[in-house]
Amino acid sequence: MRSALDIARDVRSGATTAENEMATSLAAIRARNDELNVFLFVDEEGALDAARRVDERVTRGEDVGALAGVPIALKDNLCQSGVPTTAGSKILKGWRPPYSATVVGRLLDAGAVPMGKTNMDEFAMGSSTETSAFGPTRNPLNVERVPGGSSGGSASAVAADMTPLSLGSDTGGSIRQPAALCGLVGVKPTYGLVSRYGLIAFASSLDQIGPFAKNVADAAALLEVIAGHDPMDSTSLPELAPSLLSHVNDGVAGKRVGLVRELFDGAAAEVVAEVERAAEALRDAGATIVELSVPEIHLGLSAYYLIAPAEASSNLARYDGVRYGLRVDADDVAAMNEATRTAGFGAEVKRRIMLGTYALSAGYYDAYYGQALKVRTQLIDAFRRAYLEADLLLGATAPTVAFAIGEKTADPMAMYLSDVFTIPTNLAGDAAISVPFGTGEADLPIGVQLLGPGRSEAGLFAAARVLELADGRS
Amino acid sequence: MTLRDGWEMVIGLEVHTELKTSTKMFCGCANEFGSEPNTNVCPVCLGLPGSLPVLNVRAVDLAMAIGFALHSTIGFSTFHRKNYFYPDMPKDFQISQYDLPINSGGYLDLPDGSRVTIERAHLEEDTGKSTHLGGSGRIHGADRSLVDYNRSGVPLVEIVSGPDIRSSAQARGYASELRGILIATGASDGRMEEGSMRIDANVSVRRPGDPLGTRCEIKNLNSLRSLHRAIDYEAARQVELVEGGAKVRQETRHWDEHLGETSTMRTKEEAEDYRYFREPDLVDLVPDTAWQERIRAGLGAMPAERRATLLARLTDPTPSQLDALEVVVDLGFDDLVLAAIDAGVEAPLALARAANELAAAIDDIANLTQDAFIATLTMEQGGELSATQAKTVLLELLAHAGDPRAIAAAKGFEQLSSDSLGETVAALITQYPDEWARFRDGDEKLAQFFIGQVMKLTKGQANGKAVIAELQSRR
Amino acid sequence: MASSLRREDVAKVAKLARLTLSEAELDEFTAQLGQVLEHANDIAALDLEGVVATAHPFGLINVVRADERRASLARDDVLAMAPDTQDGRFAVPRIMGEAP
Repeated sequence: MRSALDIARDVRSGATTAENEMATSLAAIRARNDELNVFLFVDEEGALDAARRVDERVTRGEDVGALAGVPIALKDNLCQSGVPTTAGSKILKGWRPPYSATVVGRLLDAGAVPMGKTNMDEFAMGSSTETSAFGPTRNPLNVERVPGGSSGGSASAVAADMTPLSLGSDTGGSIRQPAALCGLVGVKPTYGLVSRYGLIAFASSLDQIGPFAKNVADAAALLEVIAGHDPMDSTSLPELAPSLLSHVNDGVAGKRVGLVRELFDGAAAEVVAEVERAAEALRDAGATIVELSVPEIHLGLSAYYLIAPAEASSNLARYDGVRYGLRVDADDVAAMNEATRTAGFGAEVKRRIMLGTYALSAGYYDAYYGQALKVRTQLIDAFRRAYLEADLLLGATAPTVAFAIGEKTADPMAMYLSDVFTIPTNLAGDAAISVPFGTGEADLPIGVQLLGPGRSEAGLFAAARVLELADGRS
Repeated sequence: MTLRDGWEMVIGLEVHTELKTSTKMFCGCANEFGSEPNTNVCPVCLGLPGSLPVLNVRAVDLAMAIGFALHSTIGFSTFHRKNYFYPDMPKDFQISQYDLPINSGGYLDLPDGSRVTIERAHLEEDTGKSTHLGGSGRIHGADRSLVDYNRSGVPLVEIVSGPDIRSSAQARGYASELRGILIATGASDGRMEEGSMRIDANVSVRRPGDPLGTRCEIKNLNSLRSLHRAIDYEAARQVELVEGGAKVRQETRHWDEHLGETSTMRTKEEAEDYRYFREPDLVDLVPDTAWQERIRAGLGAMPAERRATLLARLTDPTPSQLDALEVVVDLGFDDLVLAAIDAGVEAPLALARAANELAAAIDDIANLTQDAFIATLTMEQGGELSATQAKTVLLELLAHAGDPRAIAAAKGFEQLSSDSLGETVAALITQYPDEWARFRDGDEKLAQFFIGQVMKLTKGQANGKAVIAELQSRR
Repeated sequence: MASSLRREDVAKVAKLARLTLSEAELDEFTAQLGQVLEHANDIAALDLEGVVATAHPFGLINVVRADERRASLARDDVLAMAPDTQDGRFAVPRIMGEAP
């Protein structure tokens, strides 16, 4: 599949039509969706309508936008008006939101063509897309393996060449880890850079929407379109979208790159090897490598598994069978709430709701949730100190390449541990990107992670581009 | 009502007031009473998946105004989630304020001279409204319930008093004065019958000097009368319990206006655990000095000050004039009355007309201009209009606006010339020689007799003072 | 004070969260949650006196909007989502107990 930027250029110039590109995408989806279970809903009508509008605008000579005619897949926790949105859960089966997320509006304004909603771990809780109520998604590069999670569907859509772009969400690594496991570029933007209005919430202080793409420039272009202040989101940063695409080829000369041991300690040897090779590549491109240690990162996992479930337990209370979604009837409303939620939520969601409820409950708040918030402050301070010595940090994204479907489902703890390198960035609110670099076992892709302070996306894209070139891609 | 000897009641009041904003607390839906169900709702106030709250600046302004009026400390505040399940709560949590409210501390001085401390006055969002089908329309016995979310997300300020109140009368006084303040700040319309102001009463009893007793909360009292009666009932109930050797159980109770008693609401096995935590979808509120000053500067006079200002214009006020003064300030007519007094209208007259005629037509008050009010009363005072005529003109002005002179002319309230009045009085003197003789000899009571006769003959159009003057001149 | 998780705690929490757990689930979840909390105990044990929770990571404050009207949803769209409605309102089985 051509890059998104190439498609947009061709649509704008008239070399191709949006409808053509949409048809190509649809064919690719149809070819493998049954096998891979990427899309929960393919929006043929909506996509055709959007594509035709783009073509009409081109005909009229109007400016159609940076993503003109580019097919894009949306993770199923993004509300799109009138389109079924489930968040991977039975409790929302059949629900069509009466409004669209802010990012969806921006995509349409930029001429993109949303093709449908992709599979995900239920309510974004998971690292393999195996907790979806609608079956797992298979990794297009090796169908016995997971694509990662929770944005496994969105990653697979791009990895399988169904769409050149997709949007996912990242709360503890849910964009970066699937990106690594599927050989893609995936970005978790600075907290507040992208509006969360219309993103079905998992953990409000950690969630961010971000791009999947095959190459760095496409990812930068997509992020530029969706980023920037939104008055509908009180936590959104005040500034307009930053300029990102124009900085992709800035290089890394003179930059200090911190190699943080806690960000690859415990990873598989083949993954560590790629991180070291990436450090070499950056050094070759003119950066200085500094070895750093940020021990506070170790506490990050525990803090995350108190903060995220606590917020989630509250965010998911609204699924009570009263106003939308599933309802299982009972004699009184409390019994109805209970029957509905028991039938509608899967085991992982129940686990996290209970963990979160416990962490907030009277008598335990101070020891668990209260402490976790303080640990978070310590982690933020630790990163700020690290960024005095380095402009960006380098580490692994995931501890291993894609694992087998079913391999980690029996042991939730094992699954949780695979987020250890990505979680710290969410806690800090900073930015991070996973970029494909090398391969490992069974020829499966490995991703390395670049981290930067808040609002440093331009520098991260530039460094990612250096690695992309060093790894022999476009 | 006084409690049995040796007992004292301890009351704390929590007053919730809806704020008079155009839109809801966290979204741009209309803040409007009486709309068709579920027509003022959006993803935010319905709590749809993916929705996010954004704070209404006017709600903050009004909350600060309340804080200033109650002498509170206004400070840095955060929002918290209060988590519990209930169908009228779209998110199954309420966004409120917990340990860092916008207003802390403060006090309210009552007309009776007592002072009630204020613990806090914080911002929170209102819930939807449920109606119950089947049974008596109350929850118990209902087969199903219907929920309207128009009210969900309406901005509220909750004002919590200290447990300083010692009688139901004082509680009523507090609620009444607080209501006046909320209206004066522009924060509320004080319409308890519409639910825009609701009161919960925490009631306990003890022997004076003892530590506080176990308290019961009586929820959702929506009139001053209910407040008064419910507190008296509940305090007496608790005294009887304790004197009978039983213990007061800490619980929430419901006041039944018809039966005149409080009863236990269905108790849960254990107290609710609200699991408060800081609302991650909102950021902290730090009202800087400039913002606070702007609010403080914009604050008008509070009821206590307005009563004092009006009182200063009265000489030796009678009890009924003092009552009228309270009514006038309560209804916000004091500016009108002061303007009239400044223009030369006698204070008792201005007060009386405002407390009676204007009070009877509050909803139409916008039709009456200050000039029209002053002109009408000036005409009455000068004898051009009788009392009855003046009242008629005022009612007409309230109903349809207009010009007092034109109205008087249209209604044929012609100025009774002193000639025609003199002729009328002369005729009566001839008709009632005995009564006139007794009046001439000093029997003042007969002045009323002649005035009454003049009124009958002139169909109430004569001016009482003018008649007296006429009688005196012929004595 | 952190302590090991008991079955009764999990049962209580499930009720608070409006979830019904079977006996088997109760056992399974007690074990699994207990494991996570074991890890969390390293946090509970820390002395973090004087450390303050962070609100927004980039210090945003005073985000407000003007008191201006925005279009509401059409009632038909609102009720179309609902499992049960009557007279323009959302219908639910009877509510036992008043609001807290």
